[in-house]
Amino acid sequence: MDLTFTDSEQRFREECRTWLEANVPRGLPSGDTREGFARHLEWERALFDARWAVVSWPDEYGGRGASAMEWLIFEEEYYRAGGPQRVTQNGIFLLAPTVFAFGTKEQQDRILPRMASAEDLWCQGWSEPNAGSDLAGIQSRAARDQAAGGWRLSGQKTWTTRGAFCTHLFGLFRSDPDAERHRGLTYFLVPLDAPGVTVRGFGRLDGDEGFAEVFLDEVFVPDSDVLGEVHQGWSVAMATTGAERGLTLRSPGRFMAAASRLVDLWRDRGADADPRRRDEVVRAYIDADAYRWQTFLTVTRMTGGEEMGAESSLTKVFWSELDVRIHETALALLGADAERDDTGWMKGYEFALSGPIYAGTNEIQRNVIAERVLGLPRR
Amino acid sequence: MRFAFTDDHLAFRDAVRDLLAKECPASVVRDAWGHDGRLGAAWSALGEMGVLGAMASEDVGGLALGMAHLVLLLEETGVAALPEPVVEHAAVAMGLLVDPGRALDGTETVTAPFQHDTVMPYADRADHFLLFEDGRIRLAGRGDVTLEPCESVDGARHLARLTLTGDASTVGTGDDLEHAFDRGALGTAAQLVGLSRRMVDLTVEHATERRQFGVPIGSFQAVKHHLADARLALEFARPLVYRAAWSIDSGDPDTAVHVSMAKATASDAATLAGRVALQCHGAIGYSFEYDLHLFLKRAWVLAAAWGDADWHRDRVGRAIL
Repeated sequence: MDLTFTDSEQRFREECRTWLEANVPRGLPSGDTREGFARHLEWERALFDARWAVVSWPDEYGGRGASAMEWLIFEEEYYRAGGPQRVTQNGIFLLAPTVFAFGTKEQQDRILPRMASAEDLWCQGWSEPNAGSDLAGIQSRAARDQAAGGWRLSGQKTWTTRGAFCTHLFGLFRSDPDAERHRGLTYFLVPLDAPGVTVRGFGRLDGDEGFAEVFLDEVFVPDSDVLGEVHQGWSVAMATTGAERGLTLRSPGRFMAAASRLVDLWRDRGADADPRRRDEVVRAYIDADAYRWQTFLTVTRMTGGEEMGAESSLTKVFWSELDVRIHETALALLGADAERDDTGWMKGYEFALSGPIYAGTNEIQRNVIAERVLGLPRR
Repeated sequence: MRFAFTDDHLAFRDAVRDLLAKECPASVVRDAWGHDGRLGAAWSALGEMGVLGAMASEDVGGLALGMAHLVLLLEETGVAALPEPVVEHAAVAMGLLVDPGRALDGTETVTAPFQHDTVMPYADRADHFLLFEDGRIRLAGRGDVTLEPCESVDGARHLARLTLTGDASTVGTGDDLEHAFDRGALGTAAQLVGLSRRMVDLTVEHATERRQFGVPIGSFQAVKHHLADARLALEFARPLVYRAAWSIDSGDPDTAVHVSMAKATASDAATLAGRVALQCHGAIGYSFEYDLHLFLKRAWVLAAAWGDADWHRDRVGRAIL
């Protein structure tokens, strides 16, 4: 055990910090609106040009070959410097791990550099009107087009985050009409400008056009855009859900930064607040720290070759509920001023409330914890 | 940054786990309720293994182990609800006594109160008593004190109020007080993590076996979600305990904050685990004949001992706000 950062980790942190402090943009609009998204893309491309977009990827795809620990350090520094949420996250953090694990060399070479440079923008096409928490209920289908050497996709995807602004979709489709549930699904990569695709953006709770529904009508996808084996889409996709629930999507840096802003807010407004709120502020700070150290423990294990399995459900429930608590406490400190808050807490609260819902609701995650971590019977 | 125990650490932990499974099953904890004086062979076996004097320097026969090593072992004593002053002896006293003498292997036992109190746990089996006073810590032998037994909700604790009637020697001054307190609080936090684990395990076992409506009760979401919450609290308490232990060993200037984060979180985790365990057991857990209450009551008293969650969060707040 050595809980100090090595000299090279420390140098890496300083390099991140110096660049981020000089370059992180201030006051960007929400990336979940069309004009805001365009502004965010400028930032994403600046990150890529300085090789900070995908630090953990190999050099050949635009990364720095950073270790998992260094990636966590980057994330801490990114959010500490006030960096905005990454509009490229669903490609970089959800699709890319699957491309690294299941993609052919040709797919990796074609997809990853353009993802890193934010030229191709990926959204996730999993949820459907009748397949949410019950993801295996997917009905969108893929019909074989042998003559053309590919598949024809039809159906509807929905709740697709930033789908109206993205260029590509990765998703699961039922390729074997006779198979049920998680069997007979295939993982496809779909350009959203392909003939037969219709994308309709719609508003989220906060009013931003952050959602989209994607309609597919006999959309042709060549065999080269199947990720992993045909009919094995479920197990291919599960590699991404682990990443999504777990630490790659929402690393501790983000919540440490939020807890730290909450401490600042207490210093500013605490004197006028109900004294009981002080305990909540401290609790949030401790919980963010607990997530940080739990992550270091996990990453050390993963570096030693262990896989992160169902434990990622523990992480997902913890960070999403912590985020809600941080924002609830902040709003309580703001009192009636929260209504016209321009410091971002109300907007942040609206977003935090989606955390226990997306990436598998926390009710589903608690089932996973009970069944796969604790070993309780499924039925 | 490498946050993992070495194979040596884990092998020692496993040996302690095996020893306690053999020498301190729940029946021994239960027997401790109705008895004054030491029961079972766990204490002397832990002494022989070097656990009780592990923190003492090698010059005097100890293993010179730090808290990062010791918390793993103390966690196991929590799993077993060992009815002995192991935190007081091995984590608090061993860090103070220049020459532990016969306390090294547990032939003589040291106990301690929390903070300035004079109520001593496991008083009837102790030979020496630590006294926390303003600016100093003193050690008194059994012949220099009188002990008046008092009730504990946890009958295995054998509390007694101490009155000093003879001499006591100073064994610590200045920073020693805060350091000793932090070791006591953190050792207790480690035990609370172990108690949480034990109560969750017991409940998972029960919920898997107990059938109602034709199915195991553990297949019901209401039960699953209670247990998931207890497991969650445990998951995020444990790293804080290990981190604080490292801070103590390395003399980190923020040690007190780290210890308080660990104790507050572990106290809450054990309190929740106890509540969940009792509820998911139903009436069987509420009966005195069933073992759950042995762990539940230990969790209650240790959650409050050496500063409860509110006290520790207040100490964190004083540092960060």
